[in-house]
Amino acid sequence: MAIKGTVAFAVETCKGCELCIDACPQDSLALSQEINAQGYHYAVLVKDNCTGCVNCALVCPDAVITVYRENRKKEKVPVATISNVRGNVTVTLDDERKNP
Amino acid sequence: MSTSKLMKGNEALAEAAIRAGCNAYFGYPITPQSEILEYLAAEGRHRGMIVLQAESEVASINMVYGAAGAGARVMTSSSSPGISLMQEGISYIAGAELPCLVVNVSRGGPGLGTIQPSQGDYFQAVKGGGHGDYRLLVLAPASVQEMADFVFDAFDLADRYRMPVMILSDGALGQMMEKVSFRDYVPADHIVPKPWATTGKPKTRERNIITSLHIEPEKMEEINIRLQEKYRLIAARETRCEHFHTDDADFLLVAYGLAARIAQGTVEMARSRGIRAGLLRPITLFPWPTDAVRTLASHVKGVLVVEMNAGQMVEDVRLAVGGRVPVRFHGRMGGIIPSPDEVLAVLESMVTNSVPQHEEAY
Amino acid sequence: MERQAIEQDVAGLECVYAKPGTLTDTRLHYCPGCGHGVVHRVLMEVIEELGIQDSTIGVAPVGCSVFAYNYLNIDMQEAAHGRASAVATAVKRILPDRYVFSYQGDGDLAAIGTAETIHTANRGENILVVFINNAIYGMTGGQMAPTTLLGMTTTTSPEGRTVETAGFPLKITEIVATLPGVYYVSRNSVHTPGAVRHLKKAVQKSFQFQKEKKGTCFIEVVSNCPSGWKMTPLEANAWLEEHMFPLYPPGEIKTPK
Repeated sequence: MAIKGTVAFAVETCKGCELCIDACPQDSLALSQEINAQGYHYAVLVKDNCTGCVNCALVCPDAVITVYRENRKKEKVPVATISNVRGNVTVTLDDERKNP
Repeated sequence: MSTSKLMKGNEALAEAAIRAGCNAYFGYPITPQSEILEYLAAEGRHRGMIVLQAESEVASINMVYGAAGAGARVMTSSSSPGISLMQEGISYIAGAELPCLVVNVSRGGPGLGTIQPSQGDYFQAVKGGGHGDYRLLVLAPASVQEMADFVFDAFDLADRYRMPVMILSDGALGQMMEKVSFRDYVPADHIVPKPWATTGKPKTRERNIITSLHIEPEKMEEINIRLQEKYRLIAARETRCEHFHTDDADFLLVAYGLAARIAQGTVEMARSRGIRAGLLRPITLFPWPTDAVRTLASHVKGVLVVEMNAGQMVEDVRLAVGGRVPVRFHGRMGGIIPSPDEVLAVLESMVTNSVPQHEEAY
Repeated sequence: MERQAIEQDVAGLECVYAKPGTLTDTRLHYCPGCGHGVVHRVLMEVIEELGIQDSTIGVAPVGCSVFAYNYLNIDMQEAAHGRASAVATAVKRILPDRYVFSYQGDGDLAAIGTAETIHTANRGENILVVFINNAIYGMTGGQMAPTTLLGMTTTTSPEGRTVETAGFPLKITEIVATLPGVYYVSRNSVHTPGAVRHLKKAVQKSFQFQKEKKGTCFIEVVSNCPSGWKMTPLEANAWLEEHMFPLYPPGEIKTPK
């Protein structure tokens, strides 16, 4: 079974350059129909087959992407999630959009 | 204080730099000041200084910027054409509010000019030289002793006000030999700390940025206002000049640097012929001793400005005198040093109110 | 709703990549898809991983990356145009135990700064020189650079660069590599994930070599300028592979014996 992964986007920082979309080997990414406060269509995850390969984050010029991946070495121990994250995971999506 | 030694002006300046705790010198050879680089290459390197002959004056002044930004006591030296090359860098150093010492051992110009001494860089030093609204604090030595002493003062002033300071000298002062004794070595705790320097950002502070770029006009104006206030403060506190027989003078000579030594000879000769002449020697060319000259102008019948150029400081004299009394100018160019006799002849013509043919009209 | 989905997805998954803490929160002003952002990120990742944020000083150029000090959370100096390697030389001479790098574009490093670039490298200064080569002057609106390709249209070569008017593209990196004081020269790009990984290795090596006082490390990044080249980022990266790489091929140009 493929490794499970996912990505989170700092939506307000994305400039819609599409480099991540092109870099994704799973074709999991696309531009959203919505625009952010800067006027860019931002990248979003559109499939659930992400493997957490980090390709998208590597090519992103604006460090928009945080990548998560299943750690198969440990047995079903939930990893501390948001608190482990250094940097810019925007989980205040709704708030930012209301108050740009 | 060390014992007296007979030394060349350039070398005395270099020795003073070592004793004043200069950490680094970046420079390029040019006559008539290469001895500064050479002395430091031989002596400074053994006594704790970084001495680097850079690939040009442009590189030199940018190395000075980098070292100053990293918190060092740093200097460079050059002569007129090389100082022209440094103007951009000097403007950056002023804009970034960095301390440093720049020494100009002036030679005749414009252009490649001559290697003989001149005072043709007064405008460049005192009125700007580089682009933008900044000033240098300019010290004008008139002896080998002052070539040495002003180095200590310059570094302290540069640190205190966070600005570039210039020692404006000339080829004759650089090459002549006179007795000089040096102040003691500056102890490390004498030098002000520089918490703004780029030494590596610890967790305990924000990053330090050394820049002169401020794209928002409001911010740029704020910086400029701060610079102008700094210069007003300097004018109030750091103006220096020397009076020679000015108390009872009927005629005032104004001259700086080498020209002041000539003018002093003229004053002595004049006095021996019954002319009550006096000399005001500006030591800081910026800030200029406007008040001293303005005050003296009310007590004299005429002012004679002596320079080794086509007439540069004379404009500042005229501003200070404000039309109260006639201001005459006597200057030689091309590296020729006027003699006390020829200056005396001009003075005497002022006394008798006749105008020799070589005076200019304005 | 999106928010909840991400929180749930993250549960049980380990974070394997995030924005380095050594980048500030300031939004990058670079055009969408510009390589500058990737290089900034890679530099800062390495600095974070090596734990040298408190002992690294960077020197920014004049060019699009003139505001690099707004993004890189380290002590930085802004240099006059072309002079970053002279400024970096002085910083390193004053503070020899710190890591010092200069970061310059093709105009800064190979036009106005050529003398400083060559002489810094010739002295073998123990610094890292990062050279962003996109064959154009981005910040000033797309003029020709020394590295502009023959036939390439820019605002100052509107009919395409010709040898008669402007001479040949300058392969400054190869020139620098001939100097004995230069220890390591690598040419990279950031247009694919693999290329970014190679760049990161080159940067890691360079900081290690600087620690070992080996001499000058010089990393060229063949990069894009979507705005100047008048292409989308994806088009620009394709053009880069097709047209830039033949003249500026990526690889290790000078490696220690």
